[in-house]
Amino acid sequence: MSAHAYKKKNPIWDWLTTVDHKKIGILYLASGAFFFLIGGLEAILLRVQLLYPEFNFVGAETFNQLLTMHGTTMIFLAAMPLIFGFMNAIIPLQIGARDVAFPFLNSLGFWLFSAGGILLNLGWFMGGAADAGWTGYAPLSTTSPGNGVDFYVLGLQVSGIGTLIGGINFLVTIINMRAPGMTFMRMPLFTWSSFITSGLILFAFPALTIGLALLMFDRLFGTQFFAAEAGGNPIIYEHLFWIFGHPEVYILVLPAFGMFSEIIATFARKRLFGYSAMVFATALIGFLGFMVWVHHMFTVGLGPIANSIFAVATMLIAVPTGVKIFNWLFTMWGGKVSFPTANLFAVGFIPSFVLGGMTGVMLSVPPADYQYHDSYFVVAHFHYVIVGGVVFGLFAGMYYWWPKIFGTVLNEVLGKLHFWLFFIGFHLTFFPMHFLGLMGMPRRVYTYLSGQSLDEANFAATIGAFLMGLATIIMVWNIIQTAVKGKKAGNDPWDGRTLEWAISSPAPEYNFAQTPLVRGLDAWWLEKRAGNKAMVPAEPLDDIHMPDASILPFLLSLGFFIASLAAIFANWAIAIGGLGVVALAMILRSVIDYHGYHIHKEDLPDEGGEGK
Amino acid sequence: MQMKRWRNAWRFLPLLSVIALTLTGCGNEQLTTLLPKGEGSEMQFNLMMLSLYIMIGVFVVVALIYTIVLVRFRRRGESDNEIPEQTEGNVVLEILWTVVPIILLLILAVPTVMATFALDEGTEKVPEGATVVKVTAHQYWWEFEYPDLGVKTAQDLYIPSGERVYFELASKDVLHSFWVPTLGGKMDTNTATVNKMWLNAQEPGTYYGKCAELCGPAHALMDFKVIAQEKEDFEAWAESMKEASSQASTDQAAQGEEIFANSCIGCHAVGADGGNTGPNLTNFGDREKVAGILDHTDENIKAWIAKPSEFKPGNNMPAFEDQLNDEELNALVAYLNGLKVEE
Repeated sequence: MSAHAYKKKNPIWDWLTTVDHKKIGILYLASGAFFFLIGGLEAILLRVQLLYPEFNFVGAETFNQLLTMHGTTMIFLAAMPLIFGFMNAIIPLQIGARDVAFPFLNSLGFWLFSAGGILLNLGWFMGGAADAGWTGYAPLSTTSPGNGVDFYVLGLQVSGIGTLIGGINFLVTIINMRAPGMTFMRMPLFTWSSFITSGLILFAFPALTIGLALLMFDRLFGTQFFAAEAGGNPIIYEHLFWIFGHPEVYILVLPAFGMFSEIIATFARKRLFGYSAMVFATALIGFLGFMVWVHHMFTVGLGPIANSIFAVATMLIAVPTGVKIFNWLFTMWGGKVSFPTANLFAVGFIPSFVLGGMTGVMLSVPPADYQYHDSYFVVAHFHYVIVGGVVFGLFAGMYYWWPKIFGTVLNEVLGKLHFWLFFIGFHLTFFPMHFLGLMGMPRRVYTYLSGQSLDEANFAATIGAFLMGLATIIMVWNIIQTAVKGKKAGNDPWDGRTLEWAISSPAPEYNFAQTPLVRGLDAWWLEKRAGNKAMVPAEPLDDIHMPDASILPFLLSLGFFIASLAAIFANWAIAIGGLGVVALAMILRSVIDYHGYHIHKEDLPDEGGEGK
Repeated sequence: MQMKRWRNAWRFLPLLSVIALTLTGCGNEQLTTLLPKGEGSEMQFNLMMLSLYIMIGVFVVVALIYTIVLVRFRRRGESDNEIPEQTEGNVVLEILWTVVPIILLLILAVPTVMATFALDEGTEKVPEGATVVKVTAHQYWWEFEYPDLGVKTAQDLYIPSGERVYFELASKDVLHSFWVPTLGGKMDTNTATVNKMWLNAQEPGTYYGKCAELCGPAHALMDFKVIAQEKEDFEAWAESMKEASSQASTDQAAQGEEIFANSCIGCHAVGADGGNTGPNLTNFGDREKVAGILDHTDENIKAWIAKPSEFKPGNNMPAFEDQLNDEELNALVAYLNGLKVEE
């Protein structure tokens, strides 16, 4: 089959069966953006409910569903896929590879994620969504009436398998698929941080899988793992959840750190300051991330010894994080810093994230945490870290890599409006929440009584949320405008430093006609400074072997979806049928030989699509 | 062009400072952690301040470098094509910003660990003569039992001021968390284990308590009160709780007592008699709030009994609107309001 025939396929079939990392990246980005908008809408509804004391807008039951789904959606269905989207779209290009190590698994990871995401949200239309918080603590989650928590348990389980598969795929890709000369210590920071994130996924997600499996047994099959009256103990679930949950924070934020490292260096037109310290700090944060989960449980009553040990371990994380902050500052020091939207988000991230880090150290002090814990202070803290870190990173990455992914440039005027509204709205929403917590407002409350001095700050926070909503609408408008009549981007619009900017925008199907030879850190920047118009090839021009597309990942995920949905309603015949579809897809995958196909060198455009 | 944009940014400063000013109030003095009135909350407040000061120091350094960078190292327009020196890094600086934070964290870690142990002091072996309270959390109310005094109550927690009162905390249904911000930090009430802590109210007064762990739809409304009294007042209160009479004093109240005995006593105890699935009502007439949230008026009591889930969504008390007529409700209210132990 030639490349020509491949391109003629029906576009819907093409997207369902694609194993091309760039297309899967776009699928991840699009579905992540969709869920980000849903999660944002949920947040706005939460804030409207809290606009005034004793206000009745959505009511208590719906509020609990909204707060649960807001957290779950934003973490698992927005931030995770958006990060996987950038990893897919960019990492193979950054390391000079033609695709990921396992293109089939890559597609499977995406379809499992989307099956889980849809399943989670189906709760809204089938008797109510989950309402036990994104943490799903037992026994509230095991005794929650209706099927909402079942959707949470099975939806997360299915999408979690997808995430685990994706993590393993990127570990193998980064270890095995680097171009000649791309040693570990020449890898761009985004690749490095994604590599460490993939390792964290490998070790953290199994803990969540176990926690969710036990919840599933308690809810669907009548076991009593978390029922105290039968000798169970719900604290076990808290441990399992946070053994996953704390590394999850770093799973999200490390790739964002990687994006900032690239964006800040590019727009300062300077090499990243202290590259090896940055790599080491990233690895250390990832390692320490597994040693601190109990700081989410200081008030559980584990005793002063456990609390002290985990307090000191938590404080330690501030050290490598501080190292990163100073290295970013000194990357800009002595540089020539320009401020397109991508860099505005990166530069706006620094003070925002430092505030989140400050409250992070404050929270690591157990006696003080007895006051902060489960109050709005914590809500303020983790939004400073996750919005100020992860979301700013994703926005920065979007403006930065949009040209490479789609071949067009996002509008800068709308982009800057988006940044300023979002930045101001963000601080207006979350800064007052520190005070709300200190003044005695617990989190996850659907209302507060008047006369407790909580009115003004809540009002300010809601106005801030509206500003963020407006900023997001402007961003969506910008994306639509750009999709309809966006300005064509060049191959290298930002005077970039890393390999992805050495090839055309968007990248051709095969990425590199000839695998490039990497001669140092910031490989493309080095070639440009040496006066070269393209990377030096590491191999002669030859036919390019490409993987076959397949519908099996979609079918397999559909099987899991059917099985889970049927299990929620205890329809075991259909559930087994769904698992049968899974088994069938696995058998087909095993017995059919996939030979792939070749793009012949005669069909390649001149110059291999490389250079300016 | 670039400079102009930055000038726009400063315009938001006044807005932010106005917000900050309105927020620097310390909150309601019966609820806030910022005006501590307990031994524990004061220790916690001091640590909050110590960590805050250290962190502000760090923030100032970062902000200073940040400002210099943004002012001095800007690219002046498209024509500014000079390539800056590609510095690799600086080992001395890397060591500096690794070692200084470690020292700062040590300064924080030592008092942190000391306070963590101090707050746990005496909980395993309660000192002789100290008041012990067993707290049991329910969806969505609080049960307080004084095992040494033989007294049980709910919603309003009476404690002696000026001494450490020891708590044993547990939950009957889902996880909750016991929090009296002005007196001290929170502790979860678990289903499978008993947690222990102490609170010490330094002066008599009324303090607000909250549930701090998501426990269902009415989580936001699971409020209670702590009433700290001088030791002798507290002892007098405990004594009168023991002797509290459930006898009605008027005819109407007597009718109410009969209704109570038929409809309510299965769940609500008065004195030693009655069930334990709902709050103990021995001193109901003394309580400032109905169900912890409504003002104590006859109308509110009647409305609550008629339809409790209107006020606390998802709570376990059945609605009595179809079972009791207005006259019966009035009688019940008269009886309940007569349940007092204080003058």
